[in-house]
Amino acid sequence: MTTRIDRRFAQLREKDSAGFVAFVTAADPDIETSFEIIKGLPAAGADVIELGMPFTDPMADGPAIQEASNRALKAGGSMKVTLDLVRRFRETDNDTPMVLMGYYNPIYRYGVGAFLADATEAGVDGLIVVDLPPEEDAELCLPARDAGLNFIRLATPTTDAARLPAVLANTSGFLYYVAIAGITGTGSADTGELEAAVNVLRDGTDLPIAVGFGIKSPKNAAEIGKFADAVVVGSALVQSVADNLDGKGRPKAGLVAQVHDKVTQLATAAHGARKAAGVQGSTA
Amino acid sequence: MAERNSYKTGPDEKGRFGIYGGRFVAETLMPLILDLEKAYDEVKRDGAFQAEFDLFMRDYVGRPSPLYFAERLTAHLGGAQVWFKRDELNHTGAHKINNCIGQILLARKMGKTRIIAETGAGQHGVATATVAARFGLPCVIYMGAVDMERQKPNVFRMRLLGAEVVPVTSGSSTLKDAMNEALRDWVANVGNTFYLIGSVAGPHPYPAMVRDFQSVIGTEARAQMMDRVGRLPSALVACVGGGSNAMGLFYPFLDDSGVEIIAVEAAGKGIETGEHAAAVAKGEPGVLHGARSYLMQDEDGQIIEPHSISAGLDYPGIGPEHAWLADEGRVKFESATDAEALEAFQLLAKTEGILPALEPSHAIAHVAKIAPRRPADDIILVNLCGRGDKDIFSVADHLGADI
Repeated sequence: MTTRIDRRFAQLREKDSAGFVAFVTAADPDIETSFEIIKGLPAAGADVIELGMPFTDPMADGPAIQEASNRALKAGGSMKVTLDLVRRFRETDNDTPMVLMGYYNPIYRYGVGAFLADATEAGVDGLIVVDLPPEEDAELCLPARDAGLNFIRLATPTTDAARLPAVLANTSGFLYYVAIAGITGTGSADTGELEAAVNVLRDGTDLPIAVGFGIKSPKNAAEIGKFADAVVVGSALVQSVADNLDGKGRPKAGLVAQVHDKVTQLATAAHGARKAAGVQGSTA
Repeated sequence: MAERNSYKTGPDEKGRFGIYGGRFVAETLMPLILDLEKAYDEVKRDGAFQAEFDLFMRDYVGRPSPLYFAERLTAHLGGAQVWFKRDELNHTGAHKINNCIGQILLARKMGKTRIIAETGAGQHGVATATVAARFGLPCVIYMGAVDMERQKPNVFRMRLLGAEVVPVTSGSSTLKDAMNEALRDWVANVGNTFYLIGSVAGPHPYPAMVRDFQSVIGTEARAQMMDRVGRLPSALVACVGGGSNAMGLFYPFLDDSGVEIIAVEAAGKGIETGEHAAAVAKGEPGVLHGARSYLMQDEDGQIIEPHSISAGLDYPGIGPEHAWLADEGRVKFESATDAEALEAFQLLAKTEGILPALEPSHAIAHVAKIAPRRPADDIILVNLCGRGDKDIFSVADHLGADI
């Protein structure tokens, strides 16, 4: 069974291009503005959308995504709203993979069975749930796989050779390599070390490997796009939402376009990474 | 519900007590959690480690803590005898130090060189800063900004002990947010850092490990009771936030079917007002901070900010083993309000010359309700898990006194 995620990575592979994964938080800064942001992401250059499910206690996230979650909850964000946004997005886009990312409690509270049914119906393709390691696969990973959703696992700098098989075991769609031992939006990794780490992962899996955490600039994206199958950016995008709010927290005119511009800069860098590398290689 | 042969067999190999507990953490932390589990399993069977723990309990903490018959309180209440396990007399003034000694000995054994912790009332922060100073390790304490304000003496105490106290302003700026921030620190400093969790909460193996270190309370109390009165108490009463003092007292008695066990949650301004910290009474099962347990949450699974006069009980969840014991019916969960705790605080001051912390004041408040209805040969054993010196400023504030 192929999913939208499988098809999208196959297309990228054919073009020998790194993909760009854009993370935004659902209902940030409000439900309608969030919809406009999401709707325009593919045209702005996003190959895959990661939609953050807002949560009050995002333990693995830095201040930028914590604040995005707070804004979303204040604006009425909820699991139901997140799924509605996906459903509306699917009315105009049936190709771009949509991955929900967040924490387990809102899913658990919604009910795993009901959540999987509603998420599948809405057009969700994959799930990244930060606080569900392989040890807890029976909770959601296995039921999600049975429901036809990809369960995308995070591998991290602390995932050693002994641990890697457990991380890969029930992963599908792609593997998300967390570039730093830390929270989102903080320090950046050394590119050389990152490439080595990604190569180690490739020995263990044929899945596409996306790299995220701490990637902020087009320059970072271009460097990482040389060896990763996709580059993930989140904090820098939700920060551009934050930067375009007025004193009362309302979106300023042009917020949506600003976020899309940021996506285009980063996506262009990721898409061109290997061509730039190729040119450099031929002149060296 | 059918009685079990034993309530002391948990957790299972997945870290579960029934459906509760588990290891709901980010992948970055998973290898560390597994290392910690392995290291803890080793020291449990290591006689030298246990001997070192016992020595520190005796010479540094001041154990065993006394078992005390509260004669004037008993006379005042006019019913069952009230006895106290006096863990407020420990070094640093609360039960928290028991667990801190255990964990820092383990941290040292694992070669960790930096200690982090979260704190609510500041008692766990003080105890952690104390053992970090004793073993010469740098220490960072995460504390909600709101809690820092209401527990100023403890903040100063931690700083005197050489700890860095980091104010946490995310969320409600209380204990749960301090725990989020400590987890964020841990994920970023996995190589050298030991996270010294202060309650029977967090991912496996913390709930079991903290329970085991705190069980010294119940083990001593059980022996002291047999020695002094030749029988077990009729009831145990302890306050619960995360639940470490309660678990420590209860655990050695769980299979004594004649002993009634009562945990007292913080009812804040009243359970009916919604402003409370009674996770078992009003919560639903959920997943936070590495474990499944009862949680105060809305229908979307968002965590509700708790309220209690006592910073140490101001937590939206409860340890997973408590959740299981509640479902099994082995531990009965009751609650006491801010006002009742304040009244109990003053009652104990005047009848026994003891200023209890606001946390065990909740337990005493419940005892004040049940003791008069029970016969004089009933023995109610209360865990007096902390002293109230740290609380005099906030008590003065609530009583409208100017100090």
